[in-house]
Amino acid sequence: MRRVVVTGLGMVSPLACGVEQSWKRLLAGESGAGRIEGFEISDLACQVGMQVPRPGREKANSDAFNADEWMEPKEQRKVDDFIIFGVAAARQALKDADWAPKTYQDQIETGVLIGSGIGGLGGINETSLLLQEKGPRRVSPFFVPGRLINLIGGHVSIEHGLKGPNHAVVTACSTGSHAIGDASRLIMLGDAEVMVAGGAESALNRIGIAGFCACKALATSFNDRPTAASRPYDRDRDGFVMGEGAGCVVLEELEHAKRRGARIYAEVTGYGMSGDAYHITAPSEDGDGAYRCMQAALKRAGITAADLDYVNAHGTSTMADGIELRAVERVVGEAASKITMSSTKSSVGHLLGAAGAVEAIFSILAIRDQVAPATLNLDNPAFETAIDLAPHTPRKRKIDVALSNSFGFGGTNASLVLRRYEA
Amino acid sequence: MSDVAERVKKIVIEHLGVDADKVVDSANFIDDLGADSLDTVELVMAFEEEFGVEIPDESAEGIVTVGDAVKFLEKATAKA
Repeated sequence: MRRVVVTGLGMVSPLACGVEQSWKRLLAGESGAGRIEGFEISDLACQVGMQVPRPGREKANSDAFNADEWMEPKEQRKVDDFIIFGVAAARQALKDADWAPKTYQDQIETGVLIGSGIGGLGGINETSLLLQEKGPRRVSPFFVPGRLINLIGGHVSIEHGLKGPNHAVVTACSTGSHAIGDASRLIMLGDAEVMVAGGAESALNRIGIAGFCACKALATSFNDRPTAASRPYDRDRDGFVMGEGAGCVVLEELEHAKRRGARIYAEVTGYGMSGDAYHITAPSEDGDGAYRCMQAALKRAGITAADLDYVNAHGTSTMADGIELRAVERVVGEAASKITMSSTKSSVGHLLGAAGAVEAIFSILAIRDQVAPATLNLDNPAFETAIDLAPHTPRKRKIDVALSNSFGFGGTNASLVLRRYEA
Repeated sequence: MSDVAERVKKIVIEHLGVDADKVVDSANFIDDLGADSLDTVELVMAFEEEFGVEIPDESAEGIVTVGDAVKFLEKATAKA
C-alpha cells in the first residue's frame, strides 16, 4: 500500500488564525471561551461559546481572524462563515506545504476533501426569514451555493486549480477525522497524489445554540464563568461549549513528497471507522462503537496499544467522556499507565465538523514538539484511571504515535493514527 | 447625474466590488465589471428592492449595461 504523509497544515480556531498561533496559545493554557458576542443570547440557556477572535470583538487578540484577508468583502456576503474559514485554512495548508500545482498533470493529481457537520445554518435561517417577509423573488441566487457543504471544496479547488477528486464528508462531529481518513485512502489507492483535507464549521449562531440547547448538549452552568465551562472528565462538567473555525491538512503520497523535497510532519498510518447503531444523539453506553473504531485504526496501522503515546480524545465535556475513557482503557489494557490522553476541547471548544481536523493537527504538532497539550479545568476528576489526563499543564514526553478520536451524532465514529515519520 | 443613476451606480459598486470610475453608462456588467450570470440576477433583485418595482425576466434580460438599468428604472419609477 502507498504511504501517506502530512506536508502542510492550516487552521482557524477560537484561539487564533493560524496553526502556530493557535498551537502556541493552546500550550500556554489559553481558553477560547467567552460570553457569545454578535447576537441576542439573553434567552438562551447556554450563553458561552468559543468564537473565532475577530478584529473589533471583545475577544480579539493579536492573531485575530480578519476575513478580508481571505476573501473579498463582496464574496463574503454570498457565503456562510464556514466556507470562509475553510478557504482560509486550505490556503494556509497549501502555502505551508509549498504546493501550488501549475501543470495540468499536477492539477489533476491534487484533490480536495473538506467537510462540515452542518453547513450554512445561519444563511438558511436568515433566508427563510426573508422568504417569509418578502417572498421568493428576494431569495438570492447565492443562497444555495453559499450554504452547501461541498462548496468549501468548490471554492478551494477553483482558487488553487485543484482538478483531482472533489469530495466532501458530512458525519457530524466526526467529519474532520473522516475527511482526513478518506482522503488518505484516496491517495493510498492511487486516485490522487495530493489531497487537501479537513473540516470547517460555523454553527455558532442563535439557531445553532438554540438547537444544541434543546438536545441538552451544551454547558449551561457557567454563563458567568465562560473559561471554566469546557471541563472534560471533571466532576462538574455539564455539556460542551461550541466552537467554530476550520482545520485543513495537505496529505501527500510519500514518494511524491520526497521527490519535491517537502517537509514531512507525520505519517497517517491508521484510520478506523464504526457505527454505534444505538441512538441519534447519545453514544452506546458500553462504548462498543468507540472501542471497535480505535481497534480498527490500530489494526490498519499495524500497531498494538503498547505503541500508543498520546490520545487526543473526543472528550466533549459531557456525560459521554466516561464512555470514551472506559473504551480507551479497554483498548490499551495494561499500557494505560504509559499513555497521556487529553481533550483540547477544554481550550478550543467543540468545533463540530471541524473538530477532527483541528485535533488531528494538534496531534501532529504533539508529535513534532514532543508535548501533549493539557486538559484545562480538570479540577476534580470524575473518574479514576491509570491514564494520565494531563490536567492543567501540558506534558513534555516522548510521542511517536498519536491517536485522535471523533464521535458524532447518529453514532458515527472515526479514529486516526498519526505517526512520527521514519524512512 | 440623475437621482436614479446615482442610486443604480451605488448598488453596482456595492454588489460587484468595483471602483466608482468604472461604473459608467456604457459599462457591461459581465464584460466590463466582472459579474457572472448569478451576479446579474442578484443585481436585478437589488434594483427591485431599492426602487420598489418589479422587473420581469424578459425585461431583466435586456439590462446588460449600467445605462440599460438607469434607463429602465427611470422609466419604471416615472410611471409609478
